[in-house]
Amino acid sequence: MPKPLAETPVLALEGIRKHFDGVRALDGVELQLGAGQVVALIGENGAGKSTAVKIMTGIYRPDAGRILIRGAPVELHRAQDAWRHGIAAVHQETVMFDELSVAENIFAGHLMRNRIGLVDWSGMRRRATEILRSLESDLDPDAPVRTLSVAQKHLVEIARALSHDSQVLIMDEPTAALSAHEIEELFVIIRRLAARGKAILFISHKFDEIFAIADRYTVFRDGSYVGAGQVAEVTQDELVSLMVGRPVTELFPKANVAIGEPVLEVTGLSSADEFDDISFTLHRGEVLGFYGLIGAGRTELMEALFGLLPVTRGEVRLHGEPFSVRSPRGAIDRGMVYVPEDRQRNGAILALSVADNVTLPSLSRLSHLFLDAAAERAMTGQIVERLAVKCAGTGQRVADLSGGNQQKVVIGKWLATRPQILILDEPTKGIDVGSKAAVHGLISELVQDGLSVILVSSELPEIQGVADRVVVMSKGRIVRVLARAELDARDIVTAATGVAPGPEPRA
Amino acid sequence: MLIAILCAMVMAIAVRAPVFLSAASLDTLITDGSILAMMALVQMLALITGGIDLSIAASMALVGMATALASRAHPGMPVALTVAISLAMGLGLGAINGALIAAIRMPPIVVTLGTMSLYRGAVFLVSGGAWVNAHEFGPGYLAFPTDRTLGLTHIAWIAAIVIVAGHVLLNHARAGRELYALGGNSSAARYVGIDEPRALMRVYCLTGLVSGLAGYLWVARYAVAYTETALGFELQTVAACVIGGVSTAGGKGGVLGCLLGAAFLVIILNSLPMIDVSPFWQMAISGAAILAAVIVNSRGEARRGKVILQRATAKETA
Amino acid sequence: MKRWETVLVILLIAICVINSLASPYFLDVHNLFDSTQAFTEKAIIALPMTLVIIGRDIDLSVAAIIALCSTLIGWLATLGVGTAGLLAASVVAGTAAGAFNGALITRFRIQSIVVTIGTMSLFRGISYAVLGDQAYTSYPDGFDELGQGTLWGLVPYELIVFAILAIVFTVVLHRTVIGRRLFALGNNPDAARYSGIAVDAHRFWLFTVNGALSGLAAAFLTSRIGATRPNMATSWELDVIAVVVLGGVSIQGGRGTLPGVILAVFVLGMLTFGLGLMNVPGIMMSIVTGLLLIVAIAVPLVIQRIVPRRV
Repeated sequence: MPKPLAETPVLALEGIRKHFDGVRALDGVELQLGAGQVVALIGENGAGKSTAVKIMTGIYRPDAGRILIRGAPVELHRAQDAWRHGIAAVHQETVMFDELSVAENIFAGHLMRNRIGLVDWSGMRRRATEILRSLESDLDPDAPVRTLSVAQKHLVEIARALSHDSQVLIMDEPTAALSAHEIEELFVIIRRLAARGKAILFISHKFDEIFAIADRYTVFRDGSYVGAGQVAEVTQDELVSLMVGRPVTELFPKANVAIGEPVLEVTGLSSADEFDDISFTLHRGEVLGFYGLIGAGRTELMEALFGLLPVTRGEVRLHGEPFSVRSPRGAIDRGMVYVPEDRQRNGAILALSVADNVTLPSLSRLSHLFLDAAAERAMTGQIVERLAVKCAGTGQRVADLSGGNQQKVVIGKWLATRPQILILDEPTKGIDVGSKAAVHGLISELVQDGLSVILVSSELPEIQGVADRVVVMSKGRIVRVLARAELDARDIVTAATGVAPGPEPRA
Repeated sequence: MLIAILCAMVMAIAVRAPVFLSAASLDTLITDGSILAMMALVQMLALITGGIDLSIAASMALVGMATALASRAHPGMPVALTVAISLAMGLGLGAINGALIAAIRMPPIVVTLGTMSLYRGAVFLVSGGAWVNAHEFGPGYLAFPTDRTLGLTHIAWIAAIVIVAGHVLLNHARAGRELYALGGNSSAARYVGIDEPRALMRVYCLTGLVSGLAGYLWVARYAVAYTETALGFELQTVAACVIGGVSTAGGKGGVLGCLLGAAFLVIILNSLPMIDVSPFWQMAISGAAILAAVIVNSRGEARRGKVILQRATAKETA
Repeated sequence: MKRWETVLVILLIAICVINSLASPYFLDVHNLFDSTQAFTEKAIIALPMTLVIIGRDIDLSVAAIIALCSTLIGWLATLGVGTAGLLAASVVAGTAAGAFNGALITRFRIQSIVVTIGTMSLFRGISYAVLGDQAYTSYPDGFDELGQGTLWGLVPYELIVFAILAIVFTVVLHRTVIGRRLFALGNNPDAARYSGIAVDAHRFWLFTVNGALSGLAAAFLTSRIGATRPNMATSWELDVIAVVVLGGVSIQGGRGTLPGVILAVFVLGMLTFGLGLMNVPGIMMSIVTGLLLIVAIAVPLVIQRIVPRRV
């Protein structure tokens, strides 16, 4: 049952604005959190949710607007200020210190001290055990965090938020890496915390979760506030159209392309610790989706195909010929390229120009030893035009482009190598709606040109809209393979969360 | 591991030269090792945050020279005043590093490379290039560090105090634990509200403070101050840390390892003449030891992949 | 980026003007060419060091490689090896030492600063182990021409070698595929690897070349001073790194130009020469280098702080 909003919200944002190097991240957003309520913050990637979280937790300072605690404006300069005002958060990025113990991670930044001002290890261990127990976990507070699984690390983050005894708890995509069972357990905890009168902000992309746990919702789009209300009084479609600001169908243009002969055949591929017994076939003109939870081993599999990670067993055949790859160079030369998930770390070289980025993997083809400026210009010009990259010129630094345009440059640099197989790892993560549609359009175009695409994505609608078939991975193994005709959201999610393994894991 | 190697080494040396284990020899060892141990310890603070302090040896030389000149001018100067001056000067020199690193956000290696040249040049400037020789010092100045209390030299006692303080700082004080968090994951440290500039300022002030004191001790122990005092010592402290398993990438390192690393270097230095090896081999052996240590460490933590596959034995605890 | 080179040119001109006003001996062609000898060996190493630092690494062992190579050629000279043989041996030994660094760094994935602190001790330590407090001082006839000889009685051979190498390195860094890849891997080694660049192979060769040119510098230095002592060229590695950083190369990799470094070489060289003419002791140069280094890095950072980034 939705509860009515308390007279004065525990925490409220009023007209918050924030710019980064001229890029508008937040433009006058509003948010209200009431005691004992779970508010879902909804918005696409890049809508400004995480920026808002960072403002509420003292990581960023707003350019304009007010933060109110029980009606009184406050200034948050650093994380400690937020804690003092009773605000704690579980951030989207894992804020973990791998070399330190569970207890120390829980109390990082506010280690408990005894009477003479020294760190109170035994007290902290005791309190950590208490908090973990309240989360129904028996994690050892002395265990080093590097030995924990993703879900366990997550629990440590929640425990850290609880260690502040805060009134406001912010959870930024807390379920992204959790299995269905673990999510259920998390919900039990959230409900218990709400019953204790905490105000909870819950950020998630998954509507079933929002409908299961939230009392109210607030929607952001492109850094602006677009609406709020009771979850019970809204439908999923209404939320989606608030989020994207237009009908959903336009988002995932489908292309009907005749599926051709097999181009990539993988049999029994295994690595030491990351994935095991992977078999699938990719055909000409096909978009093969890879779905799974974060940490299911999809990225690692793709890195292995691209020669970045050693494999222990199995066979890969490219165009029918055995293919043994030990370095990305080998894969690139054979026409298989990989657009990595982490665009800023692995994809683009931010400090270099658009042109330098685009030509980088093709340099050996463009010139032997001395750089050929004319050939580089021609290649860059072509790519920028084809992908409609918005830049001041090809000499502009990639760091100064928007996320979507950065992604276009990264995809462009790979298209410039004229590949036959394109592996895209979360290509639309964190980019604006327009660029997203452009990427999907591009995928359609590419398969029409006879390329084959592997699309790794954690966004179900994207997978459903773009992929011809979907391989579902869980814990390093393929658990289901579904053809487009049988793509059903519930099946995919159930398989991915490892509840009911599918029958025949052979694609 | 390192303990085992050290034990084996000590035993091997003792077998060839039993005199090595004599009380007098061990006493010299401890006294000689003290300055390296305390300086390696503060160097470790900088390394834990992912930085480095290359200026410590130059700071030692500068402070050492300054106190030596003061002692020559006022031979009756009380030791307490000498110590106070060296601490204050060291702190000042460290604060300059700290300000450049913490406030202007310059890379520590560049800052301390610059101040290393600067401080070293300053030694020449204040001394005019002249030496301060044994007979020119005041008597108290030279006597204090090598005088004994309860059988151990004051140098050793001071080093012990620094080591205990370092242990308390790194294991039992917030400020010390924050250094590990900072060096391990500096962006995450920001999320939990750790004040990076303040922590860095503290670290470089501390390295300066202890360098100042060590500068006086060094000059008094060898009874001479000149422009090249402790030349190259900064890299010896880094070497001791590296041998002791301290990561130069930050976030990792402990007092015990650091001490063992220092002990290793000092034992090699002191034992070579006893086992009839030319002391000129010392540098080559310590170089080989550094390389062996880092290679062993690098293999120990060889590619830790993300463990995704669940082993049959793995138990889910969450 | 070009702004920094302009600053260096202005600095260089200013130094030359002040020097010529302060001393009548400065603007003498012979004196000027003669003065370059004091820094040419360091300048030669600064060229590959620039590439190493742009590639996000550092090599602290270069001065130790000089001692090692010089010891080798000193010993070979006692066996009667001729000048050409000594030069070749020095370069080969330097190459091997550099390759040893590169192999340890890439094979065991150890940070270059740690490896080269180790090899710095090892290489110089070998020199100490061989020589102790002795020195090699006898070399074949004509060996002194290497470091002391001049073309037309004016231009030192060393300077000519440096000039040729400077051109080669500048072209490689700024006009070839290799240079472009270096900037890429220095800026972001991960992305470079994902782009099919053999990152480790590049790093290995950088250290090897750095060693080779240190070996060359060792032959020049030995010839110029006519002696090998284990403590020769002590702390040159820091002088070399300082000149590279002063030349506008970012110690964090990925940014810098060779013309900038070459200008910095002459700025420091002329400054030293000028101070020498004014009878300022050499150690004072240490203060000047230290100050220049800090100011050069601090000023742009402070300006960046004060002037808000354009929106």
